[in-house]
Amino acid sequence: MKKNLLLLLFVVILTVIPFMMTHTVKEGQEAFSGADGQAETLITQIHPDYTPWFKPLWEPPSGEIESLLFGLQAAIGAALIGYCLGFYRGRKLA
Amino acid sequence: MHIMEGYLPVKHAIAWGIASTPFVVFGAYKLKRKMEEDPQAKLLLGASGGFCFVLSALKLPSVTGSCSHPTGIGLGTILFGPWIMTVMGMIVLLFQALLLAHGGLTTLGANVFSMAIVGSFVAYGVFRGLMALRLPFSVVIFLAAALSDMATYITTSMQLALSFPDPVSGFTGALAKFMAVFAVTQIPLALSEGFLTVLVMNLLRANASEAMRDARLLPKEVLQ
Repeated sequence: MKKNLLLLLFVVILTVIPFMMTHTVKEGQEAFSGADGQAETLITQIHPDYTPWFKPLWEPPSGEIESLLFGLQAAIGAALIGYCLGFYRGRKLA
Repeated sequence: MHIMEGYLPVKHAIAWGIASTPFVVFGAYKLKRKMEEDPQAKLLLGASGGFCFVLSALKLPSVTGSCSHPTGIGLGTILFGPWIMTVMGMIVLLFQALLLAHGGLTTLGANVFSMAIVGSFVAYGVFRGLMALRLPFSVVIFLAAALSDMATYITTSMQLALSFPDPVSGFTGALAKFMAVFAVTQIPLALSEGFLTVLVMNLLRANASEAMRDARLLPKEVLQ
């Protein structure tokens, strides 16, 4: 148990460190933007004439809806892990 | 590691699709067979897929001042082997392509290749290799998960550099630029993924070791 708390602490530390550092933010970008989006920007810098030939069939209409779906994704995953662990723990204790 | 929809030239998109297909098809066959042979492994397969869902939804900040996410492929690979996880990884990528406009259908082949194929085979190789060296189990799990995560992002950088070589410095120049975006950002995140994978593996071994033994998911010597 102690070991697991320590593991969680490591993750928290790794996640908090970036906030304590100073970063130079490139023009037109916000701090802590996504790497996927930065790669997209980089593509258009290297090949300014490249035009994407396919568009997503559906895009979340706002940042709120996007975070709703990301929240849903994490919730589904956590439910699966929690159900599995709870099921076997309950069976072991029974 | 999500290459955005439409952001790979047609030929490259098709080539990655062709490269990924046999892995996913054989993975689906292995998955079906495993579920028939060891139906009690279903819950643990769900948990492995769930771990991918959670981890790839977590956009974590990194020392580079940008955000990226882990993949969660390592845990399931250690339990189920690399083939089955190619299918699970594809399911996660499809969910994100269709509902979140992260990644895409035209880039699905390339994204499956980096995350679900390279990610799981690196995790498996590291796991088997270090187990043979008799390193402590938690150290092995940590390195398998963290290196799998790194390998995925290095693969994405290579895929993009192949498609978009720098007009002056060519493939190598473009690779350096894409690696600066993806690989460096990923280092602390890969460490986090390693720690979280060890954490969940500890919980599974503490509670479900009997089920994992029955379903032949882990070597006997690491189960209580």
